[in-house]
Amino acid sequence: MAHDAQAAALSPLRQVAGDFASDRQAFSVPWGKAMMWIFLLSDTFIFSCFLTSYMNVRFSTLQGWPNPSQVFSLHIGGQDIPLILIAIMTFVLITSSGTMALAVNYGYRKHKRNTVMLLIATAALGATFVGMQAFEWTKLIMEGVRPWGNPWGAPQFGSCFFMITGFHGCHVSAGVIYLLITAKRVGSGFYDKKGTYETVEVAGLYWHFVDLVWVFIFAFFYLW
Amino acid sequence: MSEAKEGQQHPLAIYLWIWLLLFVLSTFSYLVDYFHLHGMLRWSLIILFMLLKAGFIVAIFMHMAWERLALKLAILLPPLCLLVLVGFMAIEGDYTFLTRGAAFLR
Repeated sequence: MAHDAQAAALSPLRQVAGDFASDRQAFSVPWGKAMMWIFLLSDTFIFSCFLTSYMNVRFSTLQGWPNPSQVFSLHIGGQDIPLILIAIMTFVLITSSGTMALAVNYGYRKHKRNTVMLLIATAALGATFVGMQAFEWTKLIMEGVRPWGNPWGAPQFGSCFFMITGFHGCHVSAGVIYLLITAKRVGSGFYDKKGTYETVEVAGLYWHFVDLVWVFIFAFFYLW
Repeated sequence: MSEAKEGQQHPLAIYLWIWLLLFVLSTFSYLVDYFHLHGMLRWSLIILFMLLKAGFIVAIFMHMAWERLALKLAILLPPLCLLVLVGFMAIEGDYTFLTRGAAFLR
């Protein structure tokens, strides 16, 4: 691209002015990538609204907030281990982020077999995460947690929990389907015909975002 | 961005190092809970590990570090408005808490 060579000489802020001011494409990335980033930006606002409303109800309730460390503990080997399931879920999701990053890397190297295997591994880890979340929901529902109340304190705990983790779980489930479709297309040579593996990177952006949201949910909902 | 290669191509090693680092940081944040740390120490450690993890995911795994500044600014600046929302809702939450206390805890 010609403007890349010219722009290299300019300072970054002048580059920005040039990119936005001229009557042409502002972002010199494939359109799919720019659109995915803008979608993720809007998703950032949705999740932030959930987490902010959770902060608001936690501030304003007169009853004590249930202690997540105890609520999410599991009884293993005769003792309660705090938050252990959530910790395992966190590690599963980070592992899947790593396999995704490698899938993108092998995609650009046109290493089809490795890309497909890594994408399927990522989807499998995502499905494992959703399975563990289903287990967690079942356990809490059996213990009497409802969106309008729970046995341990502030009734808002249930609505925040189901809303935030449910919405995140939907994102993971959608991501698993998205990754499987991408894997199928890599396998069938769809991106060879198209001449680019950028679509794998765009799918990767979505998947890393799902992991990113979990980082914030883990910190604010489970650890706080 | 080099012209010879297509898209975002970087050495494998950098992904493996960041992957390992994310594992270590997650273990640290879990240990904060496991050892029952309390007060300011707990909150500052949780926020520190959270921001480090988020930063590495966005910068390296999502390749934001290698994108042009125009895209970086367009995506990373707008979420800063959320700080205003968080500020307002924190004040509002405290106010609701106080009025509820005054109305129901007499």
